[in-house]
Amino acid sequence: METLYSITVGTLTACSVFLILRGRSFPIVIGLTMLSYAVNLFLFSTGRLVINQLPLVGMSEASSDPLPQALVLTAIVIGFAMTAYAIILAVRVRGEIGSDEVNDYNYAEQEGQR
Amino acid sequence: MLANHLVILPILVPLMAALLQLLPWGENPQYYRRIIGIVASSVTLILAILLVISVQDQILVYALGSWQAPYGIVLVADKLSALMVALTAVLALPVLIFACHGEDNLGSHFQALYQFQVVGIMGAFLTGDLFNLFVFFEILLISSYALLMHGGGKLKLRATLHYVVLNLTGSAIFLISLGVLYGITGTLNMADMADKVAALQGDDAAIARAGGMLLFVVFALKAALLPLYFWLPQAYANTTGTVAALFAIMTKVGIYAIVRVFTLIFGADGGESANLIQDWLWWLGLFTILLGSAGVLGSRDLRLVVAYLVLVSVGTMLTTLSLGHTDAISAMLFYLVHSTLVAGALFLLADLIAEQRGKTASRIVKGRKMAQHNLLGAMFFLAAITVIGIPPLSGFLSKLFILEAARTGAQVLLLWPLILGATFLMMIALSRAGSRMFWHTFDGKPNETAHPMWQHAAVMMLLVGAVALTVFANSVSQYTDAIATQLATPAEYISAVLQTGGSNE
Repeated sequence: METLYSITVGTLTACSVFLILRGRSFPIVIGLTMLSYAVNLFLFSTGRLVINQLPLVGMSEASSDPLPQALVLTAIVIGFAMTAYAIILAVRVRGEIGSDEVNDYNYAEQEGQR
Repeated sequence: MLANHLVILPILVPLMAALLQLLPWGENPQYYRRIIGIVASSVTLILAILLVISVQDQILVYALGSWQAPYGIVLVADKLSALMVALTAVLALPVLIFACHGEDNLGSHFQALYQFQVVGIMGAFLTGDLFNLFVFFEILLISSYALLMHGGGKLKLRATLHYVVLNLTGSAIFLISLGVLYGITGTLNMADMADKVAALQGDDAAIARAGGMLLFVVFALKAALLPLYFWLPQAYANTTGTVAALFAIMTKVGIYAIVRVFTLIFGADGGESANLIQDWLWWLGLFTILLGSAGVLGSRDLRLVVAYLVLVSVGTMLTTLSLGHTDAISAMLFYLVHSTLVAGALFLLADLIAEQRGKTASRIVKGRKMAQHNLLGAMFFLAAITVIGIPPLSGFLSKLFILEAARTGAQVLLLWPLILGATFLMMIALSRAGSRMFWHTFDGKPNETAHPMWQHAAVMMLLVGAVALTVFANSVSQYTDAIATQLATPAEYISAVLQTGGSNE
């Protein structure tokens, strides 16, 4: 289970890093979303992976750690809100600047001609 | 009752103010919102001063909901936290007064966002729990995303997009490092983690070091250290003056976090993970000074010049921090107070100058005379000699402390030429900016835009702060010495948190 889990987190992170390094805002936002999934999965695993155990000491053979679950919940809420904000911002930038290139070096020259 | 809850009040007061400001206030809401904002900032300032007084001989620990550390979340006010809280309050009040004369009308909910930003900053300074630090970082970042765009416009939007994407990535790395550290130590309380990290051996210590380095990346992004500073000049130069002035404390949040985590958890007592980032800080800090001063010289816009000045100050502080001994940390903190106040004043001043010049704005070119030419010129002169470090003001003193702190051969060989060279470049850049803007003016009528007295007063308050720092340099440096001594003995902090935590019935 640990191997499968770490491969999943690793693949998600690798894909997200690739996407974040693109030059347009849409892939970047998708990349950030994927990165937050990867991070949430990773945080969840920091309490060690156990199945079918209660988060209470002494009630079952090996208790599962409740704290990472609380942390993940916080991280999900913040990550979700921030993704929504980033999407709106990207759309706004696309509308106002007329391009979704994040680093459009020709922008300064074009400005004078409009 | 006040004394027991003093630690949490600097967070609660701005939070309450922000919530009140969000209520519908009828026909003319801005009037009431401004009053609430100013009152809240003044109260916060008084509370911060009380906090500084009450941490003189003890470390205040506030267990939220009386959940004992290390299981609950604690707020901790030691001398360093109290200094940072006081500095934030001292900066926030004049900047808010400045903003209340028109700039808060450029977009909606400026006032509430401003208070939320203060909540986040205060919280980051006071918390004793790493995950809580993450949450407060998010609070201050979310409000900064909105504040950075305050007023709108293409350039601001673009700078904000870069800033948001970078900081979202930074938050993800922060969470990963928290996960790593929690997975290996089983705690998120900083004091408890310091104990656990010091006891780690072999592979476990290596994983903890990896987590610590990830944390360093995040804090270096906030502090704008060399490879991670590229967001700062654009973001600070394009936003409105008040927001940039408030952001003068934002890089210091990163520096505070570096100081806190890397003296407490990965400091000299850190076992196998001791002194994790000293070498990194030294070299990256030196190159930050180098590139920052090149930026100061190369900028053709006054706002950009000030933004690069912030960068130089970040480099100077982190290089000094890497020296590690108590004198260096004390000098660094003195410089931190000085640079925050003067950077705030310069951003506000650049805004006044840009508005009074009209079309040429803050670009360093020949332009029309300003309506309040002499007043602005005098304030610019005062701010410039302070930031450059010409005697007699605080810039000179703080640089002197830093140069004194660098003692051994290699340190003197690299640090002295860089700091003095940067000072020289800053002097050239600022005298060029000043003479172009104030002396090379077109003949004829000056511009008509003038600013109300209170806005000048706000800038003056920050400059007077810098003057006061010079006059009371002795007591301030005694206080920073005490902070440095406290940071050098983390055992005191650890035992205060783990033993007396929760005694706030």
